[in-house]
Amino acid sequence: MILLIMFAPIAVAGLIMLGFRARRWALGGAVFTLVCSLLEYVRFQSRGGSFQDVHTFRISSQLGLNFTVGIDGLSMIMVLLAAIVLLAAVWFTGPIENHPNEFYACLLLIAGGAIGAFASLDLFFFYAFHELALIPTFLLIGIWGSGNRRAAAWKVTIYLATGSFVLLIGLIMLYQALPAGVRTFDIRLLQAAAARGEIAPAAQSPIYLLLLMGFGILISLVPFHTWAPEAYASAPAPAAMLHAGVLKKFGLYGLLRIALPILPDAVRQWSNLLLILLLGNIIYIGLVTIAQRRLDWMLGYSSVMHMGYIFLGIASANILGVTGAAILMLAHGLSIALLFGITGEIRRRVRSLDFDALGGLARQMPVAAFVFGLGVFASIGLPGFANFAAEIMVVFGAFRNGFDYGHFQRFQWATVLALWGVVISAIYMLRAYRRVFLGSPGETESSLSDLNPSLRVASAVLITASICFGFFPQRLVKTVSPAFDNYFRVEK
Amino acid sequence: MIYAPALEIAVFVLGTIILLLDAFATRLNKQVLCHIALIGLALIFAATFFLTPQGAERHAPMWNFYSDDMVAVMFKRIALVTTAVVLLMTIDYAGTLRAGVQKETAQPGLGEFFALPVFLCAGLMWMASAIDFVMIFVSLELVTISFYVLVGYMRRNPASLEAGVKYLVLSALSTAFLVYGITWIFGATGETNLQKIAAVLAGGRVERNPALFGAVLVLIALGFKIAAVPFHIWVADVYQGAPTPITAYLSVGSKAAGFVVLLRVLQVFLVLPEIQRLLVAIAILTLIYGNLAALPQTNVKRLLAYSSIAHAGYLLIGVVSFSGRAVVFYLVAYLLMTLLGFAVLIVVAQRGGDNLVDFAGLSRRSPFLAFAMLVAMASLAGVPFTAGFLGKFLVFDAAVAEHHFGLVVIGVITVGAGFYYYFKVIRAIYWDKPVTGDRIVVGLRTGAMMTSLMVGILLFGIYPEPIFSALRGIDSTLTVSR
Repeated sequence: MILLIMFAPIAVAGLIMLGFRARRWALGGAVFTLVCSLLEYVRFQSRGGSFQDVHTFRISSQLGLNFTVGIDGLSMIMVLLAAIVLLAAVWFTGPIENHPNEFYACLLLIAGGAIGAFASLDLFFFYAFHELALIPTFLLIGIWGSGNRRAAAWKVTIYLATGSFVLLIGLIMLYQALPAGVRTFDIRLLQAAAARGEIAPAAQSPIYLLLLMGFGILISLVPFHTWAPEAYASAPAPAAMLHAGVLKKFGLYGLLRIALPILPDAVRQWSNLLLILLLGNIIYIGLVTIAQRRLDWMLGYSSVMHMGYIFLGIASANILGVTGAAILMLAHGLSIALLFGITGEIRRRVRSLDFDALGGLARQMPVAAFVFGLGVFASIGLPGFANFAAEIMVVFGAFRNGFDYGHFQRFQWATVLALWGVVISAIYMLRAYRRVFLGSPGETESSLSDLNPSLRVASAVLITASICFGFFPQRLVKTVSPAFDNYFRVEK
Repeated sequence: MIYAPALEIAVFVLGTIILLLDAFATRLNKQVLCHIALIGLALIFAATFFLTPQGAERHAPMWNFYSDDMVAVMFKRIALVTTAVVLLMTIDYAGTLRAGVQKETAQPGLGEFFALPVFLCAGLMWMASAIDFVMIFVSLELVTISFYVLVGYMRRNPASLEAGVKYLVLSALSTAFLVYGITWIFGATGETNLQKIAAVLAGGRVERNPALFGAVLVLIALGFKIAAVPFHIWVADVYQGAPTPITAYLSVGSKAAGFVVLLRVLQVFLVLPEIQRLLVAIAILTLIYGNLAALPQTNVKRLLAYSSIAHAGYLLIGVVSFSGRAVVFYLVAYLLMTLLGFAVLIVVAQRGGDNLVDFAGLSRRSPFLAFAMLVAMASLAGVPFTAGFLGKFLVFDAAVAEHHFGLVVIGVITVGAGFYYYFKVIRAIYWDKPVTGDRIVVGLRTGAMMTSLMVGILLFGIYPEPIFSALRGIDSTLTVSR
């Protein structure tokens, strides 16, 4: 089943490249992927943290390399996220002027690569599937982008390529951390070895720092974030939806899946560094976001900023915070995809996303304004949306870390500072909403069409998912948290 | 019962047959010669899978300078495949070639152009087996002299002539270094056989400095062959000027043979720690220079020339990390992707030039060629699921295992640079508007060749086991006594 989910988008991309009707097949492939993922989710046994639906194919016995796939709670919700956002992204794709087949194929390849990475239980393929998105991203931004697309495409490609090779070195060192006879790429075996204490704490630090840097570049952790806003601002809307919503979560997923269980000592040792960097994401980038004058740049920066909360959950290294981080990944993916999708629609109609040129769009596009508003609320973290449930867990998890009633430790201070980020994001999100949809009409022409019905459906899918998980987060928690159960056994 | 030496003899006989046919069957369409050569090479390639190791007669004097170990066999296969692909490219290139030579007869000079690569292939195959400096020298000369002719083949084309002269002068220089180095080593150890030299060096009753001096001279000579910095000066001009199939041959065949000799020679001399330090320095220089010099290139042929220098750097990382497996796998990957790149280049260049501008909008002129070039460039850059990525993975894996972290850091940075210039080609193909609108039709033969190269790149990128199993135990054959 999981193999089907993985290879359906890739196979459909191949068919489309061969000349099948692009939009019809892409939609069909996306629906098929989503249906399969939902079936998988229903079938999923949330009890016990072990992997399910595991398939192994031997690749090389000399290297200890197998192609192994399987899912646990964490990868389950990530696959679900990828499938939902893929469907929405394909739906949101408007008419493409040139090479429509290549466009849809690129979208499907990005999603297929992301699903492959989430479902791989093998370091090598985990890494390789993520890189599958590299060339499609380059082409999507370079050919179909807007604004300063060429510079943005170069920047994102070089950044991500270099970042992934840094990551590769980290993974190779992790592979070699075990003695020569028992080397393996299998994440499960590595976790087991780490649980037995076979990876010395001294050896963990360099590996963890390399992983943090490599994943950090992919996630846009603060000193490595400069590619992200530019790329998302220039990318066509569906590409931005997939990239910000799904692909960027790969790095966070990697930290949760690899760094936390396999290198626990290093995570604890370097938590100060991570706290400083993530506060940079929340406070510094938050302030930068307020200063943005364009809607697409603002959304790009806001997606960088929200990574900070997920990092906070990961840094807290207890089951509450980590579960919150996992759910926040899902929630943020849904909300940012919605916002980028609507922004793309506005761009198609208005041609300029400058706040000064926009205004009063709510009168002509009431549905778009309503949907965008819901996206804004979700993104700020209003109760009722999945983001709220997740952020609460993250914040409590982080606050609880090393808490004693006498005085605040570093985690408590960090949490307090991070909470101000909510205020910051409320400021820029609501201000953007007012500048774009309310107030007096800008320099735009008077007649703008609203979202057409099919887009309403696509938006509804995203919103429904977010609200469902917002009102019933328990279902997600039950799915996810068993995956982390054995991470923190040492603490208890 | 096929013994390894029979392979070279067969290739040599094949070359002679083609030469004789060319001389006496004057009415024959010269393309027939090419097909004969291809069929012959294919048969010999098939024969490499049915080799029987020489058993009883091992003590015969020949085995003092000839080895049929798995490294040798693997490199013989590399040489055969490369030659076959180069011959196939030559068919596409025949038009340009004809214009480049005098027009005395209907099909001037094509016959030799098909025969010489076959002789060259025999030379490469002997080089793969050479374990004695005399043998190394002789086979290297067979290769080099054939290249003299081939590089300067287009007599009417000044660029080709210039390339020929440059290659002649600098190769002669490197040959001189090689001979001089061999004499010093012979003087110091009294042996030319590599294993015996190793034994003498390990015995410790040798004056180190003369041996070291000789080894450095040999290293310089091999540096020319593999195009390592600072012995790379000839590369860009010669690659650009030579007929394109020959450029491909130079950058793949010559390099592969250089590396097999390097592996064998270093196995002996890495007991001298100075040599290893020297090699690390050369590798760093090669990586930095090759990748940075490739950045501003606008001519695809020149870009591939600098990329070939850059890849010599990654290969050298594998060499200093003592990983024969990584080096051989990288060479196989390099062979597939470089040949594919050159094959596309030849077809595109027939309709314009070999500048980056001529690739603009190739995706509309020929989606097949565009996709082939995309695969080649992605693999050269090191995108996963291609053989090029797995090669880099193995090389870095070996370097991390040997704690060469300086090399790893430089390697990662230069990979980033590599992405820029390889993606520059992809950008031209997919982003830019075509200058001319005519579609390019790819012939059946060429299309089949490109498809099989692509399949090879993707297959070995996902499933490298065939190569690994052909090399089982290679690291023990090439173990260095440290």
